[in-house]
Amino acid sequence: MDQIPQIPKEKFKLVHDENNKEQEKIGTPSLTYMQDVRRRLFKNKVAVVCLTLLSIIVLISIFAPVIAPHDPNAQQVTLSNLPPKLGNLNIPGMNGYQNMGGHMVDAYKQAGAPKGTSFILGTDYLGRDLLSRIIYGTRLSLIVAVLATLVDLLIGVPYGIVSGWKGGRTDTVMQRIVEIVSSIPNLIVVILMMIVLKPGLTSIVIAIAITGWVTMARLIRAQTFQLKEQEYILAARTLGEPSMKIATKHLIPNLSSTIIIQTMFTIPNAIFFEAFLSFIGIGIPAPNASLGTLLSDGQKAFRFLPYQMWAPAIILSIIMIATNLLGDGLRDAFDPQSSEH
Amino acid sequence: MAKYILKRILYLFLTLFIIASITFFLMKLLPGTPFSNQNRMSADQLKIVKAQYGLDQSVGVQYVRYMVGLLHGNLGTSFQFNNEPVTALIGQRLAPSMQIGAQAMILGTVLGILLGAVAAIRKNTWVDTLATFISILGLSIPSFVLAVLLQFYLAYKWKIYPVALWDNFQSSVLPTLALTALPLGTVARFMRTEMVDVMSSDYIELAKSKGNPNWRVVAKHALRNSLIPVVTIIGPMAVSVMTGSMVVENIFSIPGIGEQFVKSITTNDYPTIMGLTIFYSFLLIIVYLIVDILYGLIDPRIRLGNGGKE
Repeated sequence: MDQIPQIPKEKFKLVHDENNKEQEKIGTPSLTYMQDVRRRLFKNKVAVVCLTLLSIIVLISIFAPVIAPHDPNAQQVTLSNLPPKLGNLNIPGMNGYQNMGGHMVDAYKQAGAPKGTSFILGTDYLGRDLLSRIIYGTRLSLIVAVLATLVDLLIGVPYGIVSGWKGGRTDTVMQRIVEIVSSIPNLIVVILMMIVLKPGLTSIVIAIAITGWVTMARLIRAQTFQLKEQEYILAARTLGEPSMKIATKHLIPNLSSTIIIQTMFTIPNAIFFEAFLSFIGIGIPAPNASLGTLLSDGQKAFRFLPYQMWAPAIILSIIMIATNLLGDGLRDAFDPQSSEH
Repeated sequence: MAKYILKRILYLFLTLFIIASITFFLMKLLPGTPFSNQNRMSADQLKIVKAQYGLDQSVGVQYVRYMVGLLHGNLGTSFQFNNEPVTALIGQRLAPSMQIGAQAMILGTVLGILLGAVAAIRKNTWVDTLATFISILGLSIPSFVLAVLLQFYLAYKWKIYPVALWDNFQSSVLPTLALTALPLGTVARFMRTEMVDVMSSDYIELAKSKGNPNWRVVAKHALRNSLIPVVTIIGPMAVSVMTGSMVVENIFSIPGIGEQFVKSITTNDYPTIMGLTIFYSFLLIIVYLIVDILYGLIDPRIRLGNGGKE
């Protein structure tokens, strides 16, 4: 056997050393899923605008007692139906002048309002400050929406998880119940509940939530079915984790995107139902204001005092549009494939 | 197929039975009285009036009676509106509601399909953005807000259409427009997603590479295949149009069933509320059933065992 001549180590040299390093380098910091979602959401201009708008509206309604210039229920009958007036600025439509019999009249002077009184959005038929009523009304509408959505979550998510996780007969029975509940038109259930319960915040929330959880339960069940087959769930089961812990530790974090997206579509729905019920007169009882009652009051006087209708209509529409668009943005952020084809 | 339809019809009756029972017992729980001047009636008078409506019997007997009546298509007698049978009340008021409902659904669907298709073909251009914006507006602005705005501008200010009342086609225009927004938005959005999907499929590529002109590819292949899933949203759309019509009919004082429903609620007219609830549910369940069957017929790929859903 010939001896293979030893080649000294120095003669070896890595080819394209630099190049390799360049390739192997991790350029950008690795992002977690939530960071990635946030990045995609903030890249979406429409979603950012909606998020900002909604944040402002939510902040205003949280701090309503500080922000509202007047007590929303304080009546000053002498100052009823005054048009909008913004300080002493002379902006057409915002200067307190009103068309009376063909010519513009200073409505504030006519009503005998003390000098310096001004209502930015005017007053309603009982002389209540419209701006304050709208701020408080938005607050009430948002409270209804958030509570209804919470109840939705509290019923829908566990229901869906149990149904999907147990499978078999339990699932069949639970799905039959869902089928029957969902085949009853939810508006009718909501109206029936409103007739039976005492009108007020709680009953509206109950009425909306009683039908709303079904969609959530369905989505969660379908997702749970898929997740159940994943390896990490199998691993958790093999290690003997109790079902309860699997649900809270593994299922819910993985269901969070579905839950968040569905929530964003439940909120406008709840706002709509509240406005609808208050509009037909079985929602929030007087004297409290919600966007629905303000709209209904405004509609009655719309012919002659259109400003009373415009403000609540615009706010309601903005909230609805913004939540819908933000929901879209969130869906795209959580599931980029859904919009990339 | 026949077995499936049979099963669905069975379910329909079960659901209706449940709804009728729930409604009945809820109505019994109601506070207040249907007789507006009960305080002024003597005990004897009250007894006579109660006997007239069968309210003197036990709840169980009333329930059985109501259910038997229901089987014969009898929804009871209204407490408020001249003691008319509820079925007659519904019968008189069905036509206007159906007319504006159908007009809104058809107009909304057709416009929605066009809008969605245009958006999908001109994807990622300003046309798409505009179309998406319109459909979001349609989806978001409640029909009663729209109704009031239309009434103020088109009827009161510019006097193009009548402000309210119900006589000829002219008076149905504004309520129809108010109700059209939602189906339009829903369909347009759905159509766009479907069509974008279809446009990137292989058979569209093939049709294009064979040298077919663009409009033909769109009309013959893309449009047709995107239309099928649109059928599935007719059911939910019918629900929303119905919801909207309750207020819209009130705003325009149209003598329809939605207006009647709201009126019955505010006057505690239990038989009418019950009757209309059952009638509404029946209508919706039928719509859902027809849509599911239609979908199975149009697209054989759908397994009916899954309840006609994906």
